[in-house]
Amino acid sequence: MARKVIVLGEVYEGKVRNVSFEAIAAAKTIAEGGEIVGVLIGEKVENLAEQLIFYGADRVIVVEDEKLNYYTSDGFTQALMAVVEQEDPQTIIFGHTSVGKDLAPRIATKLDAGLVSDVTEVEVVGENIVYTRPIYSGKAFEKKIITGEPYLVTVRPNNIPALEKDESRTGEVNTLAVEIKDLRTIIKEVVRKKSEGVDLSEAKVVVAGGRGVKSAEGFKVLQELADVLGGAVGASRGACDAGYCDYSLQIGQTGKVVTPDLYIACGISGAIQHVAGMSNSKVIVAINKDPEANIFKIADYGIVGDLFEVVPLLVEEIKKLKASVS
Amino acid sequence: MNIYVLLKSTFDTEEKIIIEDGRIADDGVEWIINPYDEYAVEEAIQIRDEKGGEVTVVTVGNEDSEKQLRQALAMGADKAVLINIEEDVEERDQYTTARVLAEYLKDKEFDIILAGNVAIDNASGQVGPRVAELLDIPCITTVTSLTIEDDKVTAIRDAEGDEEHIEASLPLLVTAQQGLNEPRYPSLPGIMKAKRKPLDELELDDLDLEEEDVEGKTKRIEVFLPPEKQAGRILEGDLQEQVRELVKLLHEEAKVI
Repeated sequence: MARKVIVLGEVYEGKVRNVSFEAIAAAKTIAEGGEIVGVLIGEKVENLAEQLIFYGADRVIVVEDEKLNYYTSDGFTQALMAVVEQEDPQTIIFGHTSVGKDLAPRIATKLDAGLVSDVTEVEVVGENIVYTRPIYSGKAFEKKIITGEPYLVTVRPNNIPALEKDESRTGEVNTLAVEIKDLRTIIKEVVRKKSEGVDLSEAKVVVAGGRGVKSAEGFKVLQELADVLGGAVGASRGACDAGYCDYSLQIGQTGKVVTPDLYIACGISGAIQHVAGMSNSKVIVAINKDPEANIFKIADYGIVGDLFEVVPLLVEEIKKLKASVS
Repeated sequence: MNIYVLLKSTFDTEEKIIIEDGRIADDGVEWIINPYDEYAVEEAIQIRDEKGGEVTVVTVGNEDSEKQLRQALAMGADKAVLINIEEDVEERDQYTTARVLAEYLKDKEFDIILAGNVAIDNASGQVGPRVAELLDIPCITTVTSLTIEDDKVTAIRDAEGDEEHIEASLPLLVTAQQGLNEPRYPSLPGIMKAKRKPLDELELDDLDLEEEDVEGKTKRIEVFLPPEKQAGRILEGDLQEQVRELVKLLHEEAKVI
């Protein structure tokens, strides 16, 4: 059954987040031949519309207003609801990001609709679309179906591959004028805390440190490795509790769940609560002084040694590799 | 200040997940207050201690959830409410929980409602924002700092690592993120006092709701464990060689760099 699917294209620092392209790929499966409508909301975002089309959207609706320069639940709810009322879609898809997590439940409630969050796989099984998602931070998975329409979905970054970019695709881009009324929450300021602009939850490479990193200073060594790999730094609960880094970097059952292509665990013992947050990474490397550390049980490759010796060597070796292939 | 906290009981983070007959086994499992809800309870107690008023913790659960409610009371909450719908509603999801909570809260005179931003079991993060929308009050999710002066609220929201500094007014719903505070352990006198604090139990009937009003909109059809990870290769040789080998393997075999 063909469905009309809306995908929110999330804009961050002037670019469409990669997870939005992945959401379009999910939409392609869910639409079963129906139309995919990309939506962009912001102050000035129309120039990004073709990106959504290159990645598989059939057309794009743009809602622009100076009140939409920052994400607020109220502003974006008003903008997206106006699009939903015009388009009457069967499904709406978001990235499972700070924006998607905040916005999707509100839109779902307005539509008296179901929502499956944090989806890692979408498949058509007979009459149903089946959604797979992790539970207990990836200690288990569930498959869900949705019992009515419309419904909403958020997809976890890095799991559903985006469609190949096709710059020959074209589609209509329309602006929808929406009067943004009172915002009940006002953003006074946004403080950017990321060093290299790579998001932990979207990063293809994560370099994570545990208590073995020993200090905030020690994390700089890990940052260097993350930088040469174009990745992000994360941490275990132990490292956060010890004050070596910010809680926003914590990976585990409390904290973020990440599934990068490459996870490098440095000085992390591998407690069950940490492993829950990273064990579904594609390739895991463990660097630890203790050969008995649990982390080696789930690592694809392990080096027994002092991270302060190993990591700088690794940085050098990767620089050499990058120089030789470029 | 009339403060409500939405709380969920979850498996302890140390628990392994075991599947029996297609379901997640919970025999002998240690239950805890969902860690993010614990931040909400702590914040509520701190607000009450500063501004006066009352903290009521509410859960949608079953008879076993009483233990976590008692723990919240032992931390310092004043009253607890257990809404037990286990026997009334067969198909439950976050839609169900939010509808039930909102129905309970709609005629209460709340100033602020606190909840965890996500539960560590089903991890959908829907209930807080859904309840706010049903009650038609603003909502700030994943908050790491909260200040209330009269009816003005300033909060810091964790947005993928960025900090959003937000202003809003009461009444308001806030969901707690790690870093908001350091939850206290219940003291012995606190535990003794908690036994005498009021804990009401409600059912669907008491809220004038029917099963079909709150029936879930999504349905679990299968639950499974991820494939067990095989231990990989521990590299050997001197460190320099190991590192060279590792980079080669990551580049040529795993193809991730």
